[in-house]
Amino acid sequence: MLKDITLGQYFPDDTPVHRLDPRTKLILTVIYIAALFMAGSVGGYVLVALCLAAAAHISHIKPKALFKGLRPLIFLIVFTAIINLFFTSGEDYLLHWRFIKITYTGLKNAVVMVVRVMLLVSGTFMLTYTTSPLSITDGLERLLSPLKKIHVPVYELSLMMSIALRFIPTLIEETDRIMSAQKARGADLETGSLVERAKALLPLLIPLFVSAFRRADELALAMECRCYNGGEGRTRMKQLRMERRDAVAFLLSAVLVAGVLLLRRFGI
Amino acid sequence: MPLMELRGLTHTYSQGTPFEKKAVDHIDLTLYEGHTVGLLGHTGSGKSTLIQHMNALLKPTEGTVLLDGEDIFATKEAMRAARFRVGLVFQYPEYQLFEENVFDDIAFGPKNQKLPPEEIDRRVREAAAFVGLGEDVFTQSPLELSGGQKRRAAIAGVLAMEPELLVLDEPTAGLDPAGRADLLEKLMAWREARNATILLVTHDMDTAAGCERLLVMDGGRIVMDGSPAKIFSQGERLQAIGLDLPGAARIAMLLRQKGADLPEDIYTIDRLQEAILALWRRKGEQSC
Repeated sequence: MLKDITLGQYFPDDTPVHRLDPRTKLILTVIYIAALFMAGSVGGYVLVALCLAAAAHISHIKPKALFKGLRPLIFLIVFTAIINLFFTSGEDYLLHWRFIKITYTGLKNAVVMVVRVMLLVSGTFMLTYTTSPLSITDGLERLLSPLKKIHVPVYELSLMMSIALRFIPTLIEETDRIMSAQKARGADLETGSLVERAKALLPLLIPLFVSAFRRADELALAMECRCYNGGEGRTRMKQLRMERRDAVAFLLSAVLVAGVLLLRRFGI
Repeated sequence: MPLMELRGLTHTYSQGTPFEKKAVDHIDLTLYEGHTVGLLGHTGSGKSTLIQHMNALLKPTEGTVLLDGEDIFATKEAMRAARFRVGLVFQYPEYQLFEENVFDDIAFGPKNQKLPPEEIDRRVREAAAFVGLGEDVFTQSPLELSGGQKRRAAIAGVLAMEPELLVLDEPTAGLDPAGRADLLEKLMAWREARNATILLVTHDMDTAAGCERLLVMDGGRIVMDGSPAKIFSQGERLQAIGLDLPGAARIAMLLRQKGADLPEDIYTIDRLQEAILALWRRKGEQSC
């Protein structure tokens, strides 16, 4: 079923990681990615992986959930590995048979790329697993608010993002419903040539667009009825506040970066 | 003769995850030809899940569905055939309209059945006539119709497949009382003319009172099954599972609680009037 898609799914819980300020988590994710790309040795990758495992453990996220998030990317990962494996030039051949050349550097690059992509994706998934979409938008808005000075419509952008996020489940449900309704009238979405299948999507897409526009209209009306007039002077119910645990988290991330750099310096 | 049999039908959503939920729990049910059956139950009792098994939209976790004695999940062809023999009208069906004009939208089902053009034409005209849509709207866009007309057009789209069993999920939701009575009347006329079977999911007890047989669902099981007279005589039990009674039955129950000697099988206004008048006359005789 469509409902089972885990696109940045949030696992509600109450752990130290969940309680962190969303701004902290956003910055930490950036630091984590930077550390990952600074790592230049086996030890560095192990350290980053350990860090991810520790965060997952504290926030009660099962390793299974982390790997599940990787599933849609399997093709990309395999593709990257193959490209690196076969198309890295060099002289240190492991295997050279007719046109197939596998070099030692190629193998190393392939492994490094796969590990990198996996750590990168599962690391960012940690953010969406432990932070509700709404607090992510909240955090983003606050982080980007200095950009208001150069007339970037930060508030409007974040409102658009939260509305979009809010309507993803609704639209998925709606798609499910319309799909069932058209199937009940004998619509065949699974068989036929590519052109036929694209045509078969029309009975699905048209009602979906119609209802999305209708919902947008209703939402705009409801917002106007409640005197909504933009971000100017609006207060918020949930104030974001940095706590001691956020400082601790930043300290730990500094340790991670230092560790990665040191390991790289000594080539461990 | 049994038209459809459900045997040990069970459906579990999100099996193997923390969100696991048994929506339909070992249901055995037989539907006979030419009946009008009402399916009652509060929100979340499993009605919608149950009916989506009847035309093979959902596959059961356990158990099976037999149509004329044959398993509808046996092959892909059987599943597809079941879609046409069992017409399913979802809640708010007007949201499924998509074609450029009303005629083509009603013809979507018959076209999928790969019928010849003359047959499609006949069926569309007949179905539209049954729901009371004039041929003057055929060339209009379905999105330009009024709410009530959209509903009719969507229902006509299912009627045009000429199903033997028509399953409707709250077809009258959101209509005004006059539109509600009118639509039900038209559906009953269709059933009569085609000698088809209707299964009606409803929250409206006065609609339910017009059925020949009622099923009551609670917690994924069918907990009551019988004639409206039998079901509505158990007012307390219905209210205990969060359901209402038809207006007449509710009045009769309240009067009984006040000590009036009224029979238990009252659920229509006519019957209530008759019983109260009878009671009145008896009282008059006693006091003389």
